[in-house]
Formats: sequence, structure tokens, C-alpha cells
Amino acid sequence: MPVSQDALDELALSQAEYEAIVERLGREPNSLELGLFGSLWSEHCGYKHSKPLLGMFDARSDRLLVATGSENAGVVDIGDGWAVVMKVESHNHPSAIEPYEGAATGVGGIVRDIFAMGARPVALLNSLRFGPLSEARSKYLFEGVVSGISGYGNCIGVPDVGGEVYFSPSYSGNPLVNAMCVGLLRIGDLRRATAGEPGNLLMLVGADTGRDGIHGASGLASRTFEDERELRPTVQVGNPFLEKVLIEACLEVAQSDAVVGIQDLGAAGLASASVECAGNANAGFRIDVSNAPRRESGMEPYEVMLSESQERMLIVVKPGREAEVRQIFDKWDLRSDVIGEVTADGLATILDEGQARGSVPVRLLTDPPLYRGDSSVKPLTGPELDVSGVPLPDESPAECLLKLLGSQNIASRNWIYRQYDHQVQTNTVIVPGGDAALLRVKGTDKGLAVSTDGNGRYCYLDPFVGGMIAVAEACRNVSCAGALPIALTDCLNFGNPERPEIYAQLEKAIEGMAEASRRFDAPVISGNVSLYNESRGEAIYPTPVVGALGITEDVSAHATVGFKNEGDVIVLIGRDSLESDGSDLGGSEYLELIHGRVAGRPSIDLDLETAVQRVCRKLIASGVAKSAHDCSDGGLAVALAESAVAGGLGAKVTASVSGRWDAALFGEGQSRIIVSLSSDQLAELHDICAAGGVPYLALGTVSGADLIFGDILSVPVSQLAAAHADGLADALRTW
Amino acid sequence: MEFGVIVFPGTWSDADCYTAVTDNLGQRARYVWHKDTDLSGLDCLIVPGGFSYGDYLRPGAIARFSPVMPAVQRFAEQGGLVIGICNGFQILCEAGLLPGVLTRNAHLQFRCQWVNLRVESADSPFTNRCDAGDVLAVPISHGEGNYYADDSTLDSMEENGQIIFRYSDAEGSVTERSNPNGSRRNIAGICNRERNVLGMMPHPERCCDPLVGGEDGLAIFRSILDFTERMSPTAIG
Repeated sequence: MPVSQDALDELALSQAEYEAIVERLGREPNSLELGLFGSLWSEHCGYKHSKPLLGMFDARSDRLLVATGSENAGVVDIGDGWAVVMKVESHNHPSAIEPYEGAATGVGGIVRDIFAMGARPVALLNSLRFGPLSEARSKYLFEGVVSGISGYGNCIGVPDVGGEVYFSPSYSGNPLVNAMCVGLLRIGDLRRATAGEPGNLLMLVGADTGRDGIHGASGLASRTFEDERELRPTVQVGNPFLEKVLIEACLEVAQSDAVVGIQDLGAAGLASASVECAGNANAGFRIDVSNAPRRESGMEPYEVMLSESQERMLIVVKPGREAEVRQIFDKWDLRSDVIGEVTADGLATILDEGQARGSVPVRLLTDPPLYRGDSSVKPLTGPELDVSGVPLPDESPAECLLKLLGSQNIASRNWIYRQYDHQVQTNTVIVPGGDAALLRVKGTDKGLAVSTDGNGRYCYLDPFVGGMIAVAEACRNVSCAGALPIALTDCLNFGNPERPEIYAQLEKAIEGMAEASRRFDAPVISGNVSLYNESRGEAIYPTPVVGALGITEDVSAHATVGFKNEGDVIVLIGRDSLESDGSDLGGSEYLELIHGRVAGRPSIDLDLETAVQRVCRKLIASGVAKSAHDCSDGGLAVALAESAVAGGLGAKVTASVSGRWDAALFGEGQSRIIVSLSSDQLAELHDICAAGGVPYLALGTVSGADLIFGDILSVPVSQLAAAHADGLADALRTW
Repeated sequence: MEFGVIVFPGTWSDADCYTAVTDNLGQRARYVWHKDTDLSGLDCLIVPGGFSYGDYLRPGAIARFSPVMPAVQRFAEQGGLVIGICNGFQILCEAGLLPGVLTRNAHLQFRCQWVNLRVESADSPFTNRCDAGDVLAVPISHGEGNYYADDSTLDSMEENGQIIFRYSDAEGSVTERSNPNGSRRNIAGICNRERNVLGMMPHPERCCDPLVGGEDGLAIFRSILDFTERMSPTAIG
């Protein structure tokens, strides 16, 4: 055979895949053509292992404006002529190699997906996972990623309003950097990634094309890697200034009827962008790479087509209208060049100086082989938990609470988000630090609530239930702001799918997420799959990250985490007692932090969960609830402490505890929300809960300057606040 | 009155400033592209925040050469009001319309947070609705807001009452702890000797609506409106 194993490895193609290419093509591909196949058939672009599973997300909703997976991002109708575009995407592997640029270009890439559709980017969120900050390398990666997000995001004028970060040894060799972007547009302004009719022109705009990032999609994102240094040249370097100018120019151009389609250049660069546009139109294209402005001379067609140079867009323009489009890019001092045209022959034809250098059918490139794993294999899971074998800790309840509040996974994220501009565009009603961020939609009374969530530890212990909880929690966060969850986006971060027990994790997690998504009537409208997240043969925790979008018709009726007034009643929604058999300690932060164990099985009742969220929204909309905060990491005691700290007020809990105090305080039972309200509105709360079929428990009152939990614990709020505020900075200092 | 909001490539507070002076203040405004030079009919120019030209070289160092800048210079010389916010402040310093320079925050990190500003002088077109000593809660969002000028420059600015805002605590005490970026003498905003050009690092346009956190920023825009109305009582719509 004329192609070496090394050449196939470089493209992450298997021998069998090569043979399939030869068979379908009816001949041997040349190296340029093989490069196109390698990129388009990569896991990153072709979803070889995940596509059959993603079919479980039956994305049906009256709000859906484009079919999931067909465009750069998902789009939902939010009423009154407005639509929201959103997507989350991973940049895990580049960030592991070069954290600043890896994270920065992750932000740049997801933002381009949004404005490619004609939407103005209005919010960024980030879900991050690292090894513990006690490790020098994890600290380096964490600080690099945060400054990369800060450096890029702040420059482009899109507020970074939320996200989450967790630290666990599971991510030590393979951090996760997932970036989400939300865009807003008038429905009529929606743009598609299509080539349209034959004869249309392909214009490449923005940055020049260089040799950076070649094989990013195939090499970096689609296999495991051992020696990261050899891969450093595959990481791109971002130019956020160019991105900002490109946003404005493209949104201006999108208003012109000279434009047929817009597509961003991301993974596999021009190759992927042109093939996707042509594929969506059942068309072909001819591109002469000598018409693409290049950073250096001597670049091969292969390099031009596969370069992942950042801040570039492909604009499909009606023939004869290119001058109108160029005028707009000229105004913004951006390059725009006609590099090719749409054809009727269905072929992707690449030329250099007029000489054909390769030609393959577009439909072969967009139709990679799909792999389905063995569904009978059990997923890799963690150990079960016998609670009777967990002794009560040596630390007092108060000491445990302070430890949890100051721990890397629970401490205030202020150290991070004070480095992100979270207010630009002046829409941020609820700033980062609460359950969800809330944005107003200027010119309307509407609000958009956004949140990301995903608990890798839960998914490791039970991928199906963990998948359900990821969706439930993201939706719960949005409900706690007072908004109705209407759509989801997801980033599936898993290990090597060629290992059956990892593939099974992926399958089970998607099953759980799909089930919860149906129950919330919140379809998954877009997403991204990041596989091969392993180092030294060890997979990360299976970590699906879920981004939830909620809407409210009255943005002024919202709730925040902090207690508001002395004397208010504190009520737990979702339970009528603090009794626990201890099983909800399974998978908890407390169990890992205090007892050093990751064990047990998380559980959730989706009937209760959806009812609790409905009641919570009702309590907020009716003005009964003055504050709302869900119980998640660290359980009830941490949630109470966070509401106390945020409000600068103490709380006195008088509800009685039966069973283990640690389970009552720190167990992580799902479907629980703490609200506070004026005592004269208790009857209304009772009626709303009763009508919704949801149990509740009056916990106590907002009072004094201490958090008092029966005779179990009493700690000054100032001490809680200090532990919470300084936890992350302390962890960064003391390694 | 009519505001002009200058737009450089990389500017991102343009729309926020526009919203503040139209929706919140109820006045007219128009965008001024950085390649335009026609400022006719404008009562006040806003040089907004952002990363003009990516802040490459130094913040404001490239923007000051944009075609609009000589027109801004003339506008200021003729007594027109100019307010530079954040990157706008940096540009006005680079252009020599204001003394001093903004350097990297002392802790080397970007900061987006609420700060308190003590009004040092109410004797300006930008603060006439305030009293000296008032404390305004206004957000900052910058990586290079560390104000520097040498001692003699600072002394003469103090003497002329050119220090308009200092970072303080909520009670108005100017402390080291309340200084978010290391600025000399806690300086957050200054004006020129003629008092018609103001530069400030904090973003008053971000706090003109209680829904997004407060409306202390309106005090500054209302002062500008009052001043303009007094100067030309018939020209105000």
C-alpha cells in the first residue's frame, strides 16, 4: 500500500478506515485528499463514536428553530420575535498543552459559532476541571486557563457571567476547559451555514492563514497523547482584537441580502467549513488556495486547507455581489478574498494556481464510518458505600462546615470572576456567584437565565443517574433565578470510547441526560463531544457538562441566593423532615473531603425534581420567595451558609434532626431548594406547595449574626464568610 | 442635548454609553466612527471603554492616531465637553488631553468589581449635581487602570482641583484597601485645567439602571446635562 502507518497515525485514521476510503473513492487518495478525509472523519468533526448515541436526545420542541446538529449552534424561539443561539464546546487538549492560548482560543471558537448565525454574543460561561491545586502543574494550568479566558473574553466585550470549576485528582493529567456562548437575535436575522446555489462565491475573511493548528482536529482532539511537547505547535494563538472586529463586521454583513451563508473556521479549518457548507446544500465547491491570503510563502494546499489559524470566517456570497460585502470588511480594515465558488458537481475540488490538486465527493467526506459499542458491557463505576462503615468524623460539625466552605470545590469563585468582565453590555441582572446568571433582554421585559452544571464524581459512581442529575441541577439553578428552563446544550467529556467500559459510561450518561431532558421539556439543541480524555491509561471521570437556558417574561421578578431581612422564615422545599438514612452521603463533597472516600450511588426522583422546580418558580413569580438557593455540593448546611454569607445575615435553624448529623448537614440529596420569605406569607407558600404536590419544611428564621443549627453547630457568619472568601486564594498560595 | 459616542475598532462600551444617555438620561446620541471628523452639533463627546486596537503597544497608544482625534482635540479646545471612560481615559492621556498615564494594575490582574468613588470636586461639568465628599458606587473593569503622574504634576493637579474622583470605602475614607489597582493617591478620575475634559477608569454607564445594580452613574450624566442646559438654555430638546 502506498501510505505508511505513520501517515495514518498522524491523521488518527485506522487501516480499516483507509481501506474504506479507497473502496468508496474507487482509487487511492493523494495526500491532500487523505488529509481531508482524516480531518472530516476525525472524532472531533465526524462524531464517529458518539453520533449513534446522540440520537437518544430526541430534540423536539415547538421552540426549536433549526434541527439539532445541523448548524453551528442550536436556536430557540423565546417569543416576540426574539431567538437565542447557544452552544458549549471543549478545548481540553489544547489547554492541557498551553493553558493560556488553549483557553483563549476555546472562547474565540465558541463565540464564532454564535455570530456565524447572525446572533450577537451576549454571554459566556465556562466549565473547568483540574487536578487539585496542591499540585504545581494543576495550579499552573488553572491560572493559565483563567487568564486566557480573561485575556480573550474581556477584549471582545462579551460578559462572562458564569460557569463552574471543580478540582479532583481524576483531572490531574487531563484538565477540562469547556466554553459556552449564548447569543441573541431577531428571528428574521438568523443565518445558516449553507453554500446555497451553484455559482455562489466563497469569501474567506479575517485573519491570514498560517501553518498553526494543522491536525488540531485529528491529532489533538481525537486520540490520547503521551508527549504533549511534540504537540505544542498544534495549539493556535488567538487575537481577540481581530475577533471583536470580526464580530461587528460579520453582524453588519449578515444584514445584507448579498450573503447566502456564514460559517466559522474551527476544527479542520477551511476543509471542514467548506465541506459543511457544501454538504448542507447538497452542492460541491472549487477552492483555489492561491487566492487565500497566507502568512508565509510556500504553504502547500494541504496546509492551507487544514490550517486552524483563528479569527477566520467563510462567507457565501451571491455572484456579482462581492463588492458590497467587501466594502463592509474594508470599513473594519479586515481582509476579504474570493477563494472559490459553489459548484453543482458535488465534488470538493482543491486547486493551486489553477492546477487541480485533489477532488473528492463531498458526501464521502461528510459520511464517516460510525461505531457502536457493545451495549451489554457494564460501565466503569466507583465502589458502593456501606454508610455504617463510615464513622462520625473527629472534627466537630462547625469544623466540618468551615472546611467545606473553604475547600477548593466550594469556596467562593470571586477570585476567578473578578478577572472576567461580567457586566459589559449592561444586561447582567444577577452576577456570577449565585445559582444562575440572569440577563435582561433590552427592549423587552424578558430575562434569560443561564447556568452550567456537571458532577463528574456522580457520573463516575453512576453514569445514568449522574447524567440525569447534571440536567436536573442545571435546570434547578435556572429555576432558582425564577426562570423556566427551555433548552440545553451539552459537552460530553469522556475517555477513550474504544474501551468498552468507557463507551458504556458515555451511553449510560446520554441515556440519563436524554431522559431528564424529556422530563423537563428542555431539548438538547446543540453540543460537543470530547473523547480520549485520558492520561497514562487512566480516563477522567465521565463528565457531561450541561448548559441550561431559562426564560422569564418578567425579569424584575427574580430571586438571588442571599437572605434579605431579619425575621424572615427559612423553608426547605422538597422535603418534610431532616431525617436521613445516610445514603445521601454517597458521592458527596463531605465524604471525599472529610473521609477521603469517593463511593456510593447518587439518586434522583425526576417527578419530585420537576415539581420542586415548578413550585420554586411559582414562589418567585408570585413574590413570595425573597431568596432561593439550591442544595448541591456540601448539602443543606453549605447552602444555608452561602445564603447567610451572601445576605450578611445569620440564621437560626430549629427543625429537628434525626439520624446522623453529618447526613442531615452535608448529605447531597437532590431536589431541595431553600427559600426565605416574610412570615406573613407562609400560608401562600403552603398553598403553592400543596397545589404543586411538593413537601416542605420550615427550617427556622433569618436572625442574628451567627448560623445556628439546633444544638449541633453555631458559627459567626463573619467566620463563614472569611473561610468562603479566602478558600481559593489560600489554595493557590500554599502549594 | 446630543452626545457623540466615538467608536474605534475594539471599542465595546459604545452601546452601553449610548443606552445610558438615551434610554436612561433621555437625550439624543449618535455614534462617531473613528475615521469621521465631523463633530458638528454635538454637546458632549464620550470616548468609551474597550480595547481599541487590542490595546496593542499600550492602551490608547494607537487609537490616538485615528483620524477623529485631531477633531476631538479641536472640540476640546473650543470648550466642548469630553468624557473618557476606561479605555477612553487611557486614550485621552495618550493624546495629551489629560496629564499622566494608566499603567498595569499593581497586582497584575484584570479587575471587574464594584468600587466606591469619593467625589473630590463638585466644581466641574461632570459633577455639579454632586457634593464634594459624596460617595458613588460604580463598577470598574480594567487591567491597566493604575494611574501614574510624577509628584509635581500631582501636586499642581491637586492645587487646581483637577482630581475629581478617588477610590474610597463606602464611608468615603480614602484607604489603601479601597484602591483596586494601585493608582497614585487613589486617583480614579481627573479633569484638565480648563475642566471640560474628564477621564475616569470606572464605568458610570454601567450603573444608570437599578435593575443592573444601581444608578449612581446617572449623577455624572445628569451633571453634564445640567451644565449643557445652563450654557445653552434654548438648544435643549
